[in-house]
Parts: sequence; structure tokens; C-alpha cells
Amino acid sequence: MKTHRRKKLSIILFVATGLSISVGLILYAMSQNINLFYTPTQVAQGEVSVGQRIRIGGMVKEGSVVSANDSLQVRFETTDYVHAVPIEYEGILPDLFREGQGIVAEGSVDASGVFHASRVLAKHDENYMSQEVKAALDAAGVDTDNHPPSLILPES
Amino acid sequence: MIPELGQFSLILAFCLSVLLGSLPIIGAAQNNVLWMNLARPLTAGVFVFLGISIGILAYAFITDDFSVQIVAAQSNSLLPFQYKLTALWGGHEGSFLLWTFMLSGWMLAVSIYSKSMPIDFVARVLGVLGLLCVAYILFMLATSNPFMRILPLPPADGSDLNTALQDFGFIVHPPTLYMGYVGYSVVFAFAIAALLSGRLDAAWARWSRPWANVSWAVLTIGIALGSWWAYYELGWGGWWAWDPVENPPLITWLFGTALVHSLAVTEKRGVFKSWTILLAILAFSGSLLGTFITRSGLLTSVHAFASDPTRGVFILGILGLAVGGALLLYAFRAPLMKSEFGFGLVSREIFLLTNNVLLVVAAASVFLGTLFPMIYQALTDDLLSIGPPYFNMIFVPLMLILVLFLGVGPMSRWKRTSTAFLIQQVAKVALVSLLIGVVLPLIVLFEFSLAATVCVALAAWIVLTIGKDISNKIANKESVGKGLRSLSLSYYGMQCAHFGIAVMLVGVGLTSYFSTERSVLLSPGESVELGSYSFQFEGSEAFRGPNYIGDRATMLVSRDDYLLPSLHPERRIYLASGTPSTEMAIDAGFLRDLFITLGEEKEGGAWTMTVYVKPFVRWIWLGSIFMAAGGTVAAADKRYRRLRQRKSSKDKEQLGLMEPSTV
Repeated sequence: MKTHRRKKLSIILFVATGLSISVGLILYAMSQNINLFYTPTQVAQGEVSVGQRIRIGGMVKEGSVVSANDSLQVRFETTDYVHAVPIEYEGILPDLFREGQGIVAEGSVDASGVFHASRVLAKHDENYMSQEVKAALDAAGVDTDNHPPSLILPES
Repeated sequence: MIPELGQFSLILAFCLSVLLGSLPIIGAAQNNVLWMNLARPLTAGVFVFLGISIGILAYAFITDDFSVQIVAAQSNSLLPFQYKLTALWGGHEGSFLLWTFMLSGWMLAVSIYSKSMPIDFVARVLGVLGLLCVAYILFMLATSNPFMRILPLPPADGSDLNTALQDFGFIVHPPTLYMGYVGYSVVFAFAIAALLSGRLDAAWARWSRPWANVSWAVLTIGIALGSWWAYYELGWGGWWAWDPVENPPLITWLFGTALVHSLAVTEKRGVFKSWTILLAILAFSGSLLGTFITRSGLLTSVHAFASDPTRGVFILGILGLAVGGALLLYAFRAPLMKSEFGFGLVSREIFLLTNNVLLVVAAASVFLGTLFPMIYQALTDDLLSIGPPYFNMIFVPLMLILVLFLGVGPMSRWKRTSTAFLIQQVAKVALVSLLIGVVLPLIVLFEFSLAATVCVALAAWIVLTIGKDISNKIANKESVGKGLRSLSLSYYGMQCAHFGIAVMLVGVGLTSYFSTERSVLLSPGESVELGSYSFQFEGSEAFRGPNYIGDRATMLVSRDDYLLPSLHPERRIYLASGTPSTEMAIDAGFLRDLFITLGEEKEGGAWTMTVYVKPFVRWIWLGSIFMAAGGTVAAADKRYRRLRQRKSSKDKEQLGLMEPSTV
């Protein structure tokens, strides 16, 4: 019986050690990889430190999209209708990227306040608005329920 | 009038489900054979009326009956026939009807293939499934009626199926995934029936195993199809994004994989009983969680349906009742399930326990990463996201360790294996695997990378240990052919699925580390080099499809001046909705895929585009096919069908479990 119990105990210890190591790893990995979400107003007011990886969400400001004709450089502004943040991106924008629609960009802000996006997300469905964009507009006091432009949800 | 018949039929199915969810279970409790025998006819009734219901809805889609709300919302008269029919599952209501219909299909299968089980057990299983049907149909009737009409003024035309869904992947992925998901309801019902009856023995495990295997195989294919579809349709060149909607199927799959292994121990050795039951409940919870996440409006992504808070609350209610109820029952019953630790510290039981711990930890880490942002938002109102690096950091090492154990697990013996024996068996294999891991990537890809070496070495490890194990098992037989015939189907199934893991591992490893891509702006006549491939842009032309207009580019592809088939990526605008969509062009190959996506047109006929070279990406899905085939073959093992005559001897074996005997 005694060896029996010892075996049982060592199995329980084995499982418990494995579990606690993995929980520790999970928490560590999580703390390293969280992208916080900010609104254009928060970014414009300098709440984000330079170089920190974040997500920003808002509407693409009408008339702000400038794309180079000889490269893949694109510059536009994202706005919550209170503040606008300039975004620079090199690459191909998603199918549904349009002025006046909601997007989410991932990247970081440089010292001059320009947001360098490594990924721009816009979504395949025009009827729904992304929670992130909606939150940004709500925070800025824009009435999202009655706002006319069609809002797109981002792919995440 | 016809759509109303569909609704009546749905209501009838509901009434029959209520009977099915009550009478047979009560009958089983009171030993009323008459009531227990109602389970099978009632199941057939539920299946027939749900079938009529979904048939009528399909008819409404085919005949463009835009007075039905979801037809008007998800279809269009220009839509090609196959999409008109499958637009049925292009939205929440229709897909939920499909889901419920599939559940009734599984139930019918259980009622047919359960001849060898005692009637009280069948009655309980079908009764529990009937209760699930009650909840699902009630949910449809109360919050998401697929037969809702727009009367008296139906729209002249529908607003079209989401353009991203107009694709072959949409025809096959959702039904397969649902089929796999719903299969876990059956496994769950078996577990609940076992808890209700207190019958938690080897026979129970043997009855459950084929169902767990088949559900697992179908779910594997469902997930793989989703990954393949996302790869070629969404146009970002990836095959897995750790999207919050991709994760619940994976969580279910991980629990399901653990369950398949744990059931093996429960059947053969009578241990891990309560753990097996818990895994069945967890796998089922994973499937409900997936439904909840996509249908509650909690998330926004490709998969999310229109958000309606009442639906979310309703599904949460179902989730709470089913899982909460099951866990409560489990808490009362689990202490009755005694398993003795009749095995040593190095034994097959321990290897399978390790497999289970790793898989469950992996599932838990995916679960945490998926739900944490949602919980955080609910508590603090702040938004955050957890990116792929988190998942890769946790998931990849866990799976690699799992693969290490995968090699020795099948070779070890039940109860006790000597460590020296195992080392003697695998030492050479390990060395050869390592060698292959170093050399093979060098030959194929001309590059050294630690990641590729690890993946290829581990894949070789799996394949070689499979070979070694088979040769060990047939070593004492007269001839190789006779030896191979003497091995059971379930053994072949297991090795086939394990081989699938090896294939997938090579695919994942090499694609992840050796894929290259470039985004460029090309004028007609210009070309771009990527690795040893050259892509020359010949220009684009406008064309018209059945329900869209588009531009099609022509790209000449060559490798070392040797011309390959040219590629034609497209950019489309769908007429009904005005939505743009990119159709990438793929040159698929066994060793590599080439693909191109078009961006936008610039001055002078120049286009922005991204070209990709992805080595071994097909192996990911090829591996899934082997895995699913393995699961199916294992389920087809004839011992699951020879139950009756073997029952008595198995029961003896059950009693004699603790005696030192070789199995």
C-alpha cells in the first residue's frame, strides 16, 4: 500500500509541477504580447509612449488618403472626429479600406506623432462596426448609432 | 405558405424533442421498457421533421423566395445555383438550423448503430441529445426564426451573399466543422448517460470510442478545410491566424484529442475514468463556446454573425445549463468512480497521462488567450488584443514536447515498461532522426535553420518510431504479410493519425520559417524576383463574371529561366453589394506554393501586388487528411461491432483488472 500511495503522490506532484510551470509560462507570454487599444484622441494627447506596440482604431478621415504613385507608401489619417492621427503604411491595403470607414491599425507612434502601421485591418462586411472603432467614437462622444457613414469591422 | 410549413415542421420537431428529452430518461430511471423503447422512434421523428424544415428552407433559397427574411438578406437572384443553396448557412438562423439538423442526424446514427447496447443506456443517450435538441429548437423559435417573413411587401431582390463567402470553401467548411462540433454532443451524451446510470466501465468506454474517433476525424477535416480556405481566399498568405473564432474549434479539438487517448486507457485498463468523463464534458463545452462566440456578437471577425444580445444571453443560458448541469452531476457521481493506480511510473498509462496533461494545458492556454481580452473588456471597459506571438510561444513548445512522447508512447507497455528497454529501442532511432533533421532541410532548401531541423527531426522521429514499432510487433510472426494482417485496424488507425502529425509538422515548420513574400508595384513588362522564382507582369484586362465585374492580371512565372504556368490573380467588384474582393492566383505544388494577390491599379496600368513563395504548405492539410483517415479507420475496427458476444469476457477482464496479467 505504501508504495502505492507514494506512486500516487508522485504522479500528482508530476502533474502539479507541470501545470504550475505552464501557468507561469502562459502568464509570462501573455504579459509580453498584449496589444493595448488606443483611440486617436488618446494618441494625439500623448498617452502612448514612443515605440510602444499598440492598436489604434477610428475612421479614415475623408480626403486624407495620399498614396504614392511609384511605391506602396500610403499615408492617411484616422480620426474619432475630435482628433486625427497621421498613419504611414507600406503595403497593400485591405479590400474594404475606404475613406470614411472604420479601420484598426497595429504599430507604434514615432517621436513626431506619426503612427507607423505594420498591419491595417478592415473587414469584409459593411453592416457592422468594429467594437474597437465604436469604442473610439463613443469615447469621443460621436453618436455611433446615427452616424451615416457605413462602418466596417476589422479582421482580427 | 410553404415557408410556414417549414415553421410548423420545426415546431413539431420541438414537440417530439420534448418527449424524447423526458420519457426515455424517466423510463430508464423507473425501468419502464415501454418508455425507453420510445427513444428510437422519437429520434427518427425529430430527424424527419427537422429534415422537412431545412428542406423547405433550402427550397425557399433555390426558388429566390425573397419574402423570407434570411433569403432576402443572404441571397440574390444573380447568385450561381450552388451558392443559392449554400447561402442557407451564410447567416445565423440558417446555419443554426443546419447545426440542429446535423445533431438529429448524429442522433439517428446513434439509434441505428446502438443495437448492441442495453436499451436503458440508449434511452439515456438519446434522451440527453433530445434535451439538447429542445434547447436548440427553442432558441431558434424564440430568437432566430429562419422562416421569418417580410410581408406584405417583399423586396424585389436579395442583398446578396457576403462576397467573401462565395467560394468552394464556403460550401464545404461550415457543414464539416458543424458535423465535427456536433459529434461532441454525442460523446457528451454518452458521458452523461454513464453518469446517470452509474455505468462507467470498460464497456462504456468501448461504446464511446468509435463516436469520439469519428467526431475527432470530422472535426479535424473541418478545421483543416477552414485553414485551407482562409489560406487561399483571405489573401494574406497565412493558414492560421489565432483568430478568436478559429480558436474554439482548436480548443475542442485539443480536448477531443486528449479524450481519444484517455478513452483508450479507460477501455483497456479501467483507469482515468472520471478524467475521461471530464474531458468529454470539456470537449462539448468547447463546441458550445464556439457557437456562443460566433453568435453572441461578442466578437467581430469574418465568422461573426449579426449581433443580437438576446441571442448571446440565450446561448450563454444553454451553455450554463448544459455544462453547469453536467459538472454538477459529475461532482455528485465522480467520487463513485474509483480507479486504482495499478501501473508503474514508466508505463503506457503514464505516457498517455502526459499526453493528456500537455493537450489540456495547450487547450487551456488557447482558451485563456482567446477569452482574456473579452473578460478584460467586460471588467474594465478597456480594449486589448493578444497577438499570435503569445499563442506561438506557448503552443509550439507544448506540441513539440508532445511529439517527443508520441514516439515512445505506442512502444511502451501497459502497467510497466523498463526504462532500459525503451532507451535500447529508441536510442538509434533518435540519432537517425537527428541526422535526418540536420541533413534533409539542407538538401531540399539549401539553408540551415534550427527551427527546420527541430521540425524535420521530430517528424522523422515519429515516422521512424512508427516503423520500429510495427517491425517489433510483427517480429515474431511467420511472415511480414501475416504479421501485418495480425495488427488490428485500430492500431493502423493510430499509426496513420500519428503519421499525419509528422506530415503536418514538416508543413508547419518549413512554411513558417522559409516562406517569403514581397509587396511591389509593377508596370506592364516589369518583373520581380523572389528566391529562385521570377514573376513578370504582362498587364491586366477587364472582364465580366456572372455576378461581378473585375480585372484580371497575367503573370508569367519562371524558375531559373524555365517557364512555369502563368498565373491570373483577379480583383472583383460584386454587382449586388458593390463590395470589392481579391481573388488570388495560386500555383499549388507538392513542395511549394506560389501565389499572387492583386492590390490596386495605379497610373499607366501599373498594379500593386504581393507575391509569395510558401514551401511545403500543402503538407499541413495533407497531414490532416492522414489524421482524419486514421481516426476513421480506428473507428471501423471490428471489435466495436462484436460487442455482444465479447461482453461477458470483457466484464471478467474488468473484474480481474488488478491481477498481474499481460494485455
